[in-house]
Order: sequence, then C-alpha cells, then structure tokens
Amino acid sequence: MSETHRTKQARDRWNWFWEWANPVKFMSLSGKALPWVAAICALTLIPGLVWGFFFTPAAENFGSSVKIIYVHVPTAMMAINIWVMMLVASLIWIVRRHHVSALAAKAAALIGVTMTLAALITGAVWGEPMWGTYWAWDPRLTSFLILFLFYLGYMALWGAIDNPDTAADLTAVLCIVGSAFALLSRYAVNFWNQGLHQGASLSMDQQENVSDVYWQPLVLTLVGTSALFVLLLLIRTRTEVRKRRTHALETRERMADV
Amino acid sequence: MELLVDNLTVTRGGLPVLEGVTFDMRPGQVVMLRGPNGSGKTTLLRTLAGLQPPMEGSVSVEPEAIAYGAHADGLKSTLSVAENLQFWASVYGTHDIAPALAAFNLNGLTTRAAGNLSAGQKRRLGLARLLVTGREIWLLDEPTVSLDVASVGLFADAVRAHVGQGGSALIATHIDMGLEAREVDVTPFRADPNGSPRVATAFDEAFT
Amino acid sequence: MIALLLRDMRLGVRSGGGFGLGLAFFLIVIVLVPFGVGPDSEILARIAPGILWVGALLACLLSLDRIFQLDYEDGTLDLLATAPIPMEGAVAVKALAHWLVTGLPLTLSAPIFATLLNLESPGHIWVFLSLLIGTPALSMIGAFGAALTVGLKRGGLLLSLLVLPLYIPTLIFGAEAATRGAAGLENATPLALMAGITAGSIALLPFAASAAIRVNLR
Repeated sequence: MSETHRTKQARDRWNWFWEWANPVKFMSLSGKALPWVAAICALTLIPGLVWGFFFTPAAENFGSSVKIIYVHVPTAMMAINIWVMMLVASLIWIVRRHHVSALAAKAAALIGVTMTLAALITGAVWGEPMWGTYWAWDPRLTSFLILFLFYLGYMALWGAIDNPDTAADLTAVLCIVGSAFALLSRYAVNFWNQGLHQGASLSMDQQENVSDVYWQPLVLTLVGTSALFVLLLLIRTRTEVRKRRTHALETRERMADV
Repeated sequence: MELLVDNLTVTRGGLPVLEGVTFDMRPGQVVMLRGPNGSGKTTLLRTLAGLQPPMEGSVSVEPEAIAYGAHADGLKSTLSVAENLQFWASVYGTHDIAPALAAFNLNGLTTRAAGNLSAGQKRRLGLARLLVTGREIWLLDEPTVSLDVASVGLFADAVRAHVGQGGSALIATHIDMGLEAREVDVTPFRADPNGSPRVATAFDEAFT
Repeated sequence: MIALLLRDMRLGVRSGGGFGLGLAFFLIVIVLVPFGVGPDSEILARIAPGILWVGALLACLLSLDRIFQLDYEDGTLDLLATAPIPMEGAVAVKALAHWLVTGLPLTLSAPIFATLLNLESPGHIWVFLSLLIGTPALSMIGAFGAALTVGLKRGGLLLSLLVLPLYIPTLIFGAEAATRGAAGLENATPLALMAGITAGSIALLPFAASAAIRVNLR
C-alpha cells in the first residue's frame, strides 16, 4: 500500500514536468517559450561569433584558422549531446508512452545529424592548415564519422515505417541498442588507432592551448548553440506534433469511408 | 476452459475499430464471428490470440490456451507436408501427426513438397496444424477459403470432434458450414470514427 | 526449439539461399581485391586479415533479411508468436541457425581463401579463430536488424544501413586480432574484447529483437 502511495507522490512532484508530455499542453507552453529561447539564442550566439571571429587576435602558431573553433567546438559538443537527448527521449517513450517524447527524438535527429556534419566539415577545413590534411583516421574524427552513420540509420528507420507508433517503438529500440554500440565503437576506435600508430599522432585536444582571450567568446557560442538547438527542437517538434495530428485525422477519415 | 471477453476495445493503426466487445464461449461451443469486410474481425482475433494488446477491457484466457489460425498458413514450400506438420507438432510438444493427416485426408500427400500443393490442399495442411497444437480454444480466421465442399465437410467434422472433447472454436467466416453454432455479430461494436471515442486515450486527447 | 533450429537450417540449405550464395559471394570479394589493389603479394598478405573480415561481414549481411522476412510473409511468425516457445528463444535459435549455415561456412573457408591473398602460416589460424569468435556476434546483431525491418516491403537496403554501423566494434576487434596474430604480435586483448561483444550480444540482443518483432506483428 505504501509502495503505491509513494509512487503516486513521486509522480505528483514531477507533474510539472510530465505535463509537457501532453501534446496540447506542450503546444501552448512551447509556443510561449519560443520567443524567449530565440532571444537567448540571438543574444549569445551572434555576439559570441562576432567576438570570436573579429575581435580575437590571430594565434601565433595557428594563424586566423583557429577561429573556426567557434563553430567547430559547439557543433561537435551538440552532436554528442543531441544523441544523448534522443536516448533519454526514447527511454521516456518506451517507459511512459508520451508521444511528444518520441516526436522530440525524431525532431532532434535531423538537428543532430546537421551538427555532426558541421563538426566534420569544419574539422576538415581546420585540419588542412593545421595538419596539412583534410582527413586523418584520428580516433576522435573517426568516432564522429561513426556517429554520423548512426544518425543516418536512425533517421532512415523513421522514414521507412508508415505507422507512427510502430516507427516510434522501433526507432526507440534502435536508439538504445545503437547507443551501446556507439559507445563500444568509441572504445574500439581508440584501441584500433593506438594499435596501428604508436601513440596518438594527431591530437585535436586544443583546450590547454586556448587562453582566456579565446575561451570567453567560446563559452558564449557554446551557450548560444545549445539555445539554437532548443529553439530548433521546439519548432521541429511542434511541426511533428501537427503532422501527427494530420495523420490521425486522415486515418479517421479513411476509416469513416469504409 | 471458458473464454470470457469483457468490454474489449481493439485497435488498428492506433485507432479503435471495435469498442466494448463482450461475449463468452463455453467448452463445447462453436461461435461464428460475423460482420462485413473490414469490420475488425481479424483485429479482434489477433487481439484475443495475444498478438496485439487491447486498448481496454479483458480476456479471461491466457494466449497459451489458444490456437490461432490466420489467413496465411505459415507453410514452407520447400518442406514436405509431413515435415511442415511435424515441425509444429514438435513446437507444441505433441509429436503424433498421423491423426491430423488422416482428419484432413492428407495421407497420400505426406512426402509432397508444400510448394507443389493446390491452394485447397495447402489450406487443409494449415488446418491440420490446429489438431497438433493440442490447445482447447481455436480462433480461426476465414478457415474455409479455397476449400471445396468435401473439404469444408472434413473441416466441420474436425471442429465437431474438437468441441466434442470439450474444446471450443471461434470462427470468423461468411459461409454456413452446417455446424451447430452461436453467432456473434461485431457490427454493433464498431467504433464510430467521427463520434467521441468511448475510451479517452492519450492518443485521442492529444491528436484530435 | 531444436525443431525450429533444424527447420531453419533445412530451409537455409534447401532453398539454396544463404548457404551457397554467401560463400560464393565471399570468394568473389576475395578474388576481386587483388584486381583492385594489384598483385603485389606483400601488400596482399598485409591486408589479407582485414579483407577477409570485411568480406565475411558483407557475405553475412547478404542473407540477413531471410532470418525473419520469409516467416513474416507466409504467416509463420504470427503462428510462432502464439506458439509455446518464448520469442526471445526463437530469435536466438534463428540467429544460431543463420550462423550455422552462413557464419560457420565462412569461418571454415576463410583460411583456404586466405591462400589467395598470400597470407602466411600463422595468419590462417588467427583469421579462423577470430572469425569463429566474432561471426556469432555478426549473426546476432544482424538478427536484431532483421527484426527491426521485418515489417517493411523492401527492407534489405535499410537493413544494411542499420546493421553495418553496429558491426563496427566487432570488425575492429576481429580484424585487429587477426592482423596482430598474423604479424606475430600479442592479440589476447582484442580477442577477449571481441568475445565480450559476442557474449553480450547473445545475452541481450534477443530481448531487443523480440521486442521489435512483437511491435512489427501488432
């Protein structure tokens, strides 16, 4: 008896959170939140980028190419964080069957794959003046390429299945299993490269070289990119909810015709 | 074992097709499930067989007591008649396929590959599978499709023998096969796509 | 369960699918490589373990969609789902049957095909051993991918897109173990890690795969 009571209490305490899962509530809340998120995004991302690109000194050893970190680092960070967010959303869908959660995961995938691609391309563009090559099978680069493939598979599965609930279930299972294998790949790739070349020949870990002058605008762009993600996620999830509603209406109409 | 279906709502593609389905079937009974095409008979049978979860309501019998006969017979064309049947007998742990072969007049075909059977012969083999399951409750979806009159007779005999031993059979069909049976029409249970659904689900609340 | 295993193996061998085709495909890949990279036996010997692993992996991929697709189309999967064997067990058995008619023949033939790539003596054994430990994981992961795509009309291409990224860790450790072994280096670590992936896949993926199948049957 006390057990059920406890769960109920816990549920009540989190009610403010789960209310987001109600699509109607979500639409109204997210509609109100949109302008604020957009404002935060504009107030951090734009100044951060302008500051980073035009008001930081060119580094002695890297030249002005170093400034690409203001795109590269935030997109790379988001590429991983978005996958983690998709994993959490998938788990919520499987456990609690909240439709918004599944649709948010679907919406996040396209943003995530774009971030991953941006990180890969900026990395290549930066790599050329830094290391004299656009691509090296450095463990970190390789991991991002693999993450890109995981995103593609996930999105392809969403696209291939007609029934939205079936698609949500199967992509959620794929996301959970995929996460385990993505993590395994990360370690495997570390092992593999270390195995072929003795010691890491190319390290992308620039943090110790980044002094405060570069660091402060970077923090701004990191916050700004996160806000950009939330903004895009809200917009896309709202679109997905509307598409889902359209689909439901169409199905209803088809059934009325029979 | 008595099959009690209480206030069952079944869904297809996430939407309710039948709502508040309530009926019972006692041992020794045959129940004919009637209703026009697309009314949800197959969906109801699949739900009773445990292949899909009901949206609401309850079924008194666990799927473990039920043998489900679908539209498709699940035959492997490269395996012989005996091999096909033997496989299901092993899965259900019954092993003896001779009575099932005899009941559906398949004795002369045991070594023939299932791919070389006629449509009616395939159907008979699919129905013979029911006899090797050893389960009490049969759920059959259009079992007489592509059977000739003689074969329908064989099938009716098999059902009679089954209910004679205390089994029961729920059969979705459009024809009269001369069995002493009760009828359940699903038409009154059909969900109204435009009306407000009886069951308020997250889906309906959210997306209509 | 044993009946299901025997039936699946019989079907795999009899319908001429996985068994013969996979092996022939594997052979053709191995034959094509020297045409692509040139006949230099030193280069071939050096890349042989990796080529054999990639070839085996692709050959394995070829017959994956048959694990569940045919049973789904003819209704067997519906009947299996209502039969008194747990779906998790059925999935594991079907993956095992796939391995026995695909992975095992590939493993057995790899040391022979290795000769075509001028792989020297200890290399044979390590290619064989690494494939023996690794190919069960390929079949199990593949069965999971096949379970995800079983409801789709043309799921074959999508299946490859889903499964190949999942194959990456197994491929890395497997090829690494074979390459190191062929070069006479210590390779216990990659072998152990790959065995870990195989064991983990066999223990956990049947649950994910059977969940996917139940969703697809709904």
